[in-house]
Amino acid sequence: MADRKTDPNVAAIVAWFQTPADLYHACEHLRDQGYRDFDAHTPFPVHGLEKAMGLKPSPLPWVVLTCGITGMATAVAMQWWMGGIDYPWNISGKPPFALQSSIPIIFELTVLFSAFGAFFGTWAICRLPKPFDPVMQHPTFYKASDDRFFISVEAKDPKFDIGKVKATLEKLGAQEVEEVSP
Amino acid sequence: MSAANPERVVTIPRDADNSLMTIERPPLVLGKQSFHAVTDAVSDVVEMKTPKGWLFVLSIAMFMALILLGSLTDLVGVGIGEWGLNHPVGWAWDITGFVFWIGIGHAGTLISAILFLFRQKWRTSINRAAEAMTLFAVAAALIYPGFHVGRIWFAYWMLPLPNQMQMWPNFKSPLLWDVFAVSTYGTVSLLFWFLGLVPDLATLRDRSTTKLRKIIYGTLAMGWRGSHRHWLTYEKAYMILAGLSTPLVLSVHTIVSFDFAVSVLPGWHTTIFPPYFVAGAVFSGFAMVITLMILVRKAYGLEHLITIRHLENMCKIILATGSLVGYAYGMEFFMAWYSGNIYERFTFINRAFGPYSWAYWTMMSCNVFTPQLFWFRRIRTSIPIMFVMTIFVNIGMWFERFVIIASSLHRDFLPSSWGYFRPQLVDFTTFIGTFGLFLTLFLLFIRFLPAVAISEVKGVMPNADPHGHGDEGHAHNEETEAAHG
Repeated sequence: MADRKTDPNVAAIVAWFQTPADLYHACEHLRDQGYRDFDAHTPFPVHGLEKAMGLKPSPLPWVVLTCGITGMATAVAMQWWMGGIDYPWNISGKPPFALQSSIPIIFELTVLFSAFGAFFGTWAICRLPKPFDPVMQHPTFYKASDDRFFISVEAKDPKFDIGKVKATLEKLGAQEVEEVSP
Repeated sequence: MSAANPERVVTIPRDADNSLMTIERPPLVLGKQSFHAVTDAVSDVVEMKTPKGWLFVLSIAMFMALILLGSLTDLVGVGIGEWGLNHPVGWAWDITGFVFWIGIGHAGTLISAILFLFRQKWRTSINRAAEAMTLFAVAAALIYPGFHVGRIWFAYWMLPLPNQMQMWPNFKSPLLWDVFAVSTYGTVSLLFWFLGLVPDLATLRDRSTTKLRKIIYGTLAMGWRGSHRHWLTYEKAYMILAGLSTPLVLSVHTIVSFDFAVSVLPGWHTTIFPPYFVAGAVFSGFAMVITLMILVRKAYGLEHLITIRHLENMCKIILATGSLVGYAYGMEFFMAWYSGNIYERFTFINRAFGPYSWAYWTMMSCNVFTPQLFWFRRIRTSIPIMFVMTIFVNIGMWFERFVIIASSLHRDFLPSSWGYFRPQLVDFTTFIGTFGLFLTLFLLFIRFLPAVAISEVKGVMPNADPHGHGDEGHAHNEETEAAHG
């Protein structure tokens, strides 16, 4: 790998395609070439692109499951301790704590905690908020949220070689193949 | 032979290239649209010079919101008696207004969550505004129980927080379940709505021409850059939140109905309440979505995104849920008779023919008879008729809650405590005022945030399919979508 041409001032190579189909094929090609640290930037989720990029499924469901179980346990513990132990009320002779009358709040807190897990888990997994990312320096990157389908190959990829990456992308029909600084 | 077996002679229509023709659905986005055109159509609404009409309507809405502020100030100063509540009818317009607004909110969640899980792609151009409507309706709803406690500064006693009484709330009370249900509902709806907004906020950030816009939208967009690694988690989160919101929305109105059903009052103590309340909530909520969407699409020229097909589909949902509600009304009467309980029977006969019969028949005509007109396609596709009918539906649904609350309460078990509720001026101004709050928030929303989910609309366009031939129902598209949602 010593003969790879890299440059500390280049963080990634960014280019764009006109259609989701072109981007899809380009991602498949890069994946098959053995690239790992590349990404697509699209105005909407292009379906199936994770397969073309060779990405693993998101770990988010496990985060949500953990949070949901925590919420459920919190609701049970809260109602049991507050209503049954700390300050039991006698209301119409009903037991201080009963599972049946606790179900609504158990359900609601399970949902609430799961939703917090899904929401904050997403940003944690995506490492957002992140106001700046090198790819944003591409001159027309603002169109990635409009109608262009960007691809970026990062310098940290073990196969990264400025010349080779540029040539590959150009051959795939990418436009405005640009280097961006870190 | 053809007479005996007519289906045998039907020939399958074929295209010019002799391939089988498919029955095409009308497209979700009308006209040949590029992705950029969709971005423009939605963003222009936010970026254009403030329209005079908007300012005019906003000033009316804010004036109404000020009426709310005045009414509530008066209420806190004088006390709950201002509302015209009396002994047997202790809930009156207060809980009527609360259930009315919560119910309206439910359509937003139904569109954003349940229709998403059912893969109803037509939801994409209306879900954003409907979710916003949910949030603002919940805000309007919370005014009522919040102020009904009388001493609003003690409202935190509703939460399980340590307080000066050294005691905890009663976890066996449906009213406390309601606190948890509604606050969870409001919070989850807000998270879901904001998650959906992030990619569109990034679009607005990228189109910003002024520094102020760039800072505000840039901060809210959190540095979203459309990375597919992010989309992968994002879509999973969207699906999970939809999956959580679906039982949540059903639970919220179920628990709201428990406020009534768990009591022992004839007219309230019925097991049909949970499904009946949920159906009624969806019914009124869709009516409100149609009312608002007709105005928004017209005012901002979004007719090609919010098409007549969207409106017609919503009319069909109104027809279905309206029929469910009508069935529930009938079943309540049947059960009152079939139970053999004289108090039940009295309550229902009194409901239809007693002092509140005027409210009952207003409810029946608006909720049971009006939606049946939606069997006719001509009516489902006529915007003026639809507009009037959806307003009738919401009038009817307001009366439904009033009938359930006031007519069940005003005749107690003991004739000596019978009474009649008459709304006072403050009841009216508070109710009008909540519309002011709702409309103010909604108007601010359509001015400053994308009212249509840009990225989601692009995703259902034919040219979004990476394998497609510009064919919406292409098999591969459906298959990959089913796998990755």
